[in-house]
Amino acid sequence: MLDNIRYIGHHTLSFIERIGMACCFLLKMTIRVPRKWWHWYTIIEQIYFLGVLSLVIILISGGFIGMVVALQGFHTLSDFGAQSELSRLIALSVFRELGPVVTALLFAGRAGSALTAEVGLMKTDNQLTSMEVMAVDPLSYVGFPRLIAGIIVVPLLTILFSATAIYAGYWVSVAWLGIDGGTFLSVMKSGVDFHDDVMQGIIKSIIFGLVIVYIAIYQGFYTQQSASGLGRAATKTVVFSSIAILGLDFLLTAFMLGA
Amino acid sequence: MEPAINGQDQPAIIVIDRLSFQREDRKILDDVSLTIQKGTIVGIMGPSGIGKTTLLSLINALETPDSGSVYFQGANMHQLDDRTLYAARKKIGHMFQNGALFGHLSVFENVAFPLRENTNLSEDMIRDLVMLKLETVGLRGVWNKMPGQLSGGMARRVALARATALDPDLMLYDEPFTGQDPISTGVLTTSICKMRDILGLTSIVVSHDMEAITKIADVIYLIGDAKVLASGSAADILASTNPAVRQFVSGSADGVIPFHCPASTTLTQDLLYVG
Repeated sequence: MLDNIRYIGHHTLSFIERIGMACCFLLKMTIRVPRKWWHWYTIIEQIYFLGVLSLVIILISGGFIGMVVALQGFHTLSDFGAQSELSRLIALSVFRELGPVVTALLFAGRAGSALTAEVGLMKTDNQLTSMEVMAVDPLSYVGFPRLIAGIIVVPLLTILFSATAIYAGYWVSVAWLGIDGGTFLSVMKSGVDFHDDVMQGIIKSIIFGLVIVYIAIYQGFYTQQSASGLGRAATKTVVFSSIAILGLDFLLTAFMLGA
Repeated sequence: MEPAINGQDQPAIIVIDRLSFQREDRKILDDVSLTIQKGTIVGIMGPSGIGKTTLLSLINALETPDSGSVYFQGANMHQLDDRTLYAARKKIGHMFQNGALFGHLSVFENVAFPLRENTNLSEDMIRDLVMLKLETVGLRGVWNKMPGQLSGGMARRVALARATALDPDLMLYDEPFTGQDPISTGVLTTSICKMRDILGLTSIVVSHDMEAITKIADVIYLIGDAKVLASGSAADILASTNPAVRQFVSGSADGVIPFHCPASTTLTQDLLYVG
């Protein structure tokens, strides 16, 4: 009995300690602004590494998702004779939910895991420690630029994802399902509000970008110094990021809709 | 009583006071005290996995001790705030066992890194300094190579050039002679001695290379069983009658320093799947 209480107490304390460590880590990373101008140049490198190299998967996925939503939407709306509302359905689904969520999930899988592997390898090779001994703060040199790059890149990728999805949805609707192109665009224009719909998705994507990159860097910094440890850290990044994205999406949606 | 160095009284640059450190259940250092005087070369020797690298990490405040203190130039390294600690670290060069070079930077950029980050020198000045440092370790010819293109020994020499880039007061070397050919070892030992003689640089060298250490060290500390087993000049260590020192110097597997890591079962039990 006592052993069980001790076991539960030990794990509860260690969980609280880890939460505290993670919060301190985020706080330190956000306040340790680089001192030298070339650290800011690293942000551009990271935008390329995290953003440009993720473009292919984002654009292809956006295209297919737009096409699938068009087909599924048309099939369902036809039952009610409301096919003309298809563009509104596609646009609202993509701008509010699918764009930010799917982009963030893909980003976590492509760039988040790569980021953890990169930082984890630096940790395993003592590169982070060697920065410490040269009086350079690794959080400022490695963490901060990547965090900023993630916050910049994920909304941009979300915009591109959404644009591709809507274009693909338009193509399927007009060329395949026989919906008039003008009707498609005018219904979409009247049914979508920039502040309520488009900005909602962009705000979500900024928060998702912050969370994914934070989890990836944290896992890299605290990886076990072995090959299997690196693999586990990359896996944790994808799993934790995915859960965080979906959980946060629910909370943010509830908050934004005023529920 | 600390050993006298060439009969001279030098001020202490490092004072380790009753330092204890434990990792999980294993005691790495237990109440260790020692003083390192300015301008000396100190050799730290001992069996593998005994905590020599950890001692260097504790000196540079990369690890936090369970108890005790490390004073560098009078300041307790483990009680400094981040800013003061970084200021202290600018005076300490630390060469890692694996080199720890930045894989995304070239040899030149690796050596230039501490200069760029911690000084306001012009690019021309940084270039000249980097080339001079690389020349010292015989690697000026590979300035544009990436670390992945270097052998382990060459990477450690680049790491040495990088560690000395800021002209520190104290150098910590972790296995600098591993993977070096006899010529490189000779050049490295000569460089360490020259830096002491000309610049008054203090060096703490962790190494298993008995020959190189006895050649250059003013004082040698032999660490074992979480304590300092013996200390003194190279001549003292070589002439010591202490059984642990004799065993280490002669390289014998039998003696007070166990070659085998402690095991909960005997070899016979393991072979017969008993227990």
